Amino acid sequence: MTEKETVQITDTLEEQFPGAITRDERQGYDGYIVEAAKLVEIAKSLRDDMGYDYLSSVTGVDYLPDDKMEVVYHLYRSAGGPALTLKIQTPRDDSVVPSLVSIYPGADFQEREAWDLLGIRFEGHPDLRRILLWDGFHGHPLRKDWQEPFFEAEGKPFKSRWPQGEIQRVEDTHPFGKNVHYPSEFTPEGWTPEGEAALYSSLGKIEHGNGNNNKGFETDHIVVNLGPQHPSTHGVFRMVVTLDGEEIVGLKPVMGYLHRNHEKIGERNTFLMNMPFTDRLDYLCSMSNNFGYALAVEKLMGVKPPERAEYIRVIMAELTRVVNHIWAIGFLLNDLGAFFTPMLYVINERELILDIFEAVSGSRMMCNYFRFGGVARDIPEDALETIKILVNERLPRKVDELDLYLTGNEIVQTRAIGVGVLTKQQALANSAAGPVLRASGVPYDIRRADPYSIYDRFDFDVAVRYNGDVYDRYLVRLDEIRQSLRILKQAVETIPEGEIQTGKSQYQARVPAGEAYGRVEAPKGELGFYVVSNGKPNPWRYHVRAPSFINLTPLEEMSMGQKIADVVAILGSIDIVLGETDR
Amino acid sequence: MYGIGLIKGLGVTIKHFVETYVDDLRWLGRGRYYNEEALKIRQGTEARGVFTVQYPEEKLSVPEEFRYIPFLVYEENPDGTRKDRCTSCGICSKVCPPQCIWIVRSNDPETGRPIPAPTEFYIDIDICMNCGLCAEYCPFDAIKMDHVYELASYERSSAHIYNKERLSKPASYYAEIRPKNYAREEAARAEKEALKAAKKKKD
Repeated sequence: MTEKETVQITDTLEEQFPGAITRDERQGYDGYIVEAAKLVEIAKSLRDDMGYDYLSSVTGVDYLPDDKMEVVYHLYRSAGGPALTLKIQTPRDDSVVPSLVSIYPGADFQEREAWDLLGIRFEGHPDLRRILLWDGFHGHPLRKDWQEPFFEAEGKPFKSRWPQGEIQRVEDTHPFGKNVHYPSEFTPEGWTPEGEAALYSSLGKIEHGNGNNNKGFETDHIVVNLGPQHPSTHGVFRMVVTLDGEEIVGLKPVMGYLHRNHEKIGERNTFLMNMPFTDRLDYLCSMSNNFGYALAVEKLMGVKPPERAEYIRVIMAELTRVVNHIWAIGFLLNDLGAFFTPMLYVINERELILDIFEAVSGSRMMCNYFRFGGVARDIPEDALETIKILVNERLPRKVDELDLYLTGNEIVQTRAIGVGVLTKQQALANSAAGPVLRASGVPYDIRRADPYSIYDRFDFDVAVRYNGDVYDRYLVRLDEIRQSLRILKQAVETIPEGEIQTGKSQYQARVPAGEAYGRVEAPKGELGFYVVSNGKPNPWRYHVRAPSFINLTPLEEMSMGQKIADVVAILGSIDIVLGETDR
Repeated sequence: MYGIGLIKGLGVTIKHFVETYVDDLRWLGRGRYYNEEALKIRQGTEARGVFTVQYPEEKLSVPEEFRYIPFLVYEENPDGTRKDRCTSCGICSKVCPPQCIWIVRSNDPETGRPIPAPTEFYIDIDICMNCGLCAEYCPFDAIKMDHVYELASYERSSAHIYNKERLSKPASYYAEIRPKNYAREEAARAEKEALKAAKKKKD
């Protein structure tokens, strides 16, 4: 979007809604502050008249010193271009904001998350329950005045470590069973979770004896809990489904079993300390997570990595994509019943790529490789040679083999074609991202739509398929591996010599006050980091827009009317990692 | 015809099945397993057939950059005494993301000045996340990441807090596990010292 275009949009909006929209004039900030009462109308106008059809991220920030809560929206056009940022300010003690679910259904989980963690109430949200924490949880932990049990300090580094460090085992200081706190009148034994009842009632009315009668059978509606411990859920994830016979008539995902409040930890950490923590979000793709976070903080700091570092970053991010997609395909086949044979074939190749990560970064999965303004260390010459052999010879051969092995398989086709269909409109409205969005016929890839790093230099196609079913999501991943290999081939040929870090990497990064939203096309979809700095060593706000989390929003729509056995395949085709979903 | 795709797919499975036996023939007499040379090829870009490593009889070699639990480097003086590289500046404990490093610094009883060496140095390895930031930002190359990854123990409450004694390893060990890094750092140090000497001479 050009400067001219931005001005045009604001002029139109200001004309249409006089006084309701003003530019955010704070130093280091961008976007527009919108009056809460007019938000829904403005969003509708933006979506219908100006092409902002994709709501990427909804989050809140607690500005404790100003006694304000702020809700931040990042809107995009599916045709491409940078973000339009809208903000609403509301008093802290009574934060109420109109819900955008009616305009962008993709706001559903994100608004629930903001309610859960920040205590911002979204008026008009159809099902505003806690989403990541349990219903008995006391308070809203991302509020700045909320403190965890065994609170030590607002930010690291903790003073107790040096110069008079007193070693204490964490189990002695945080005894098991005593590490939660709740209000004095609350007794855990005498308490029944209200949320469960709300959850079941949100599934809709349960009918007895008058279900699907069309074949002469009288069927009951029954509720089935899939998970939290279930092999199909790839971790601890729960789906509560209502069934009419074998058919799904209602589904609610329940998550948060792996929740650790990554964002609060992130706000206690210094900027650099967050880098290894991002590895643990989507633990299969730590390099992409590093990438997104590094981009966000670099935007704030105003540094740019040198050429060679940019190439190394792209090489690592694309290798990660290959790793993730072969893993996703292997697991999808597991979910379809091809127990572990395809999985083990792809793990072979994954292993070889992880060897490269280990040689480069020192760790196979928790890479912690990116730094602000560069990468941690140079890529060893022999690792680069191995990558060349892999991307030029071995991996293309193996991808073709995988294609031959699975794509034509009639059982796979019967199980996958026409199952879990998500239309283009549904995908966009629900803020689906990555392969899920592109399999539904939306050619939206951030590497092209809003290029970051040096992706504009490479020749590659955006993989897109049009049926939006499980089979197309599988095919899109296969296409994307091929496109990644194409990028890799170009990158390893043209990687220049030179520095790998702009300036000296500081352990206490100096980050000026302001906000930044850095987003990358992670293998699972749009991974965004919204970082607010107030000039101190610790970020004031650190939010992760997790693709595995938001891609679950359309799960119910995809599964409606499908058989219970297919919901496993549908979930497998979304490709979630619970470390990122639950954060 | 229905089933062609299935049969093609099964062809791939058979290929994988046969490959292991072909590979066995290739290593006939020398052994496909428990053989350093074979292991390298089995785990390399030319790998074919069964990919498994017969751990613990066989072990993968770790690359130089591999990182697992920090250790403290000390210099061995010719007279057999040790000289810690660590000056207890505290940067490692400040940069540590899970804050698992505790350092105790003490003052010289005579002059009252801080002693540039740690009195105590603890790392809780249950908390350590092996990120390697301490090693990366140490200005004295005094703390480095180790290659030892077999750390299972029976007594975690006492065995998993490493004290200074347990953490300290000689510079020669460091040179052995990370020869390239060691050479680079020594060269940088020598250069710095030469500069210093030259400056002194000038003065």
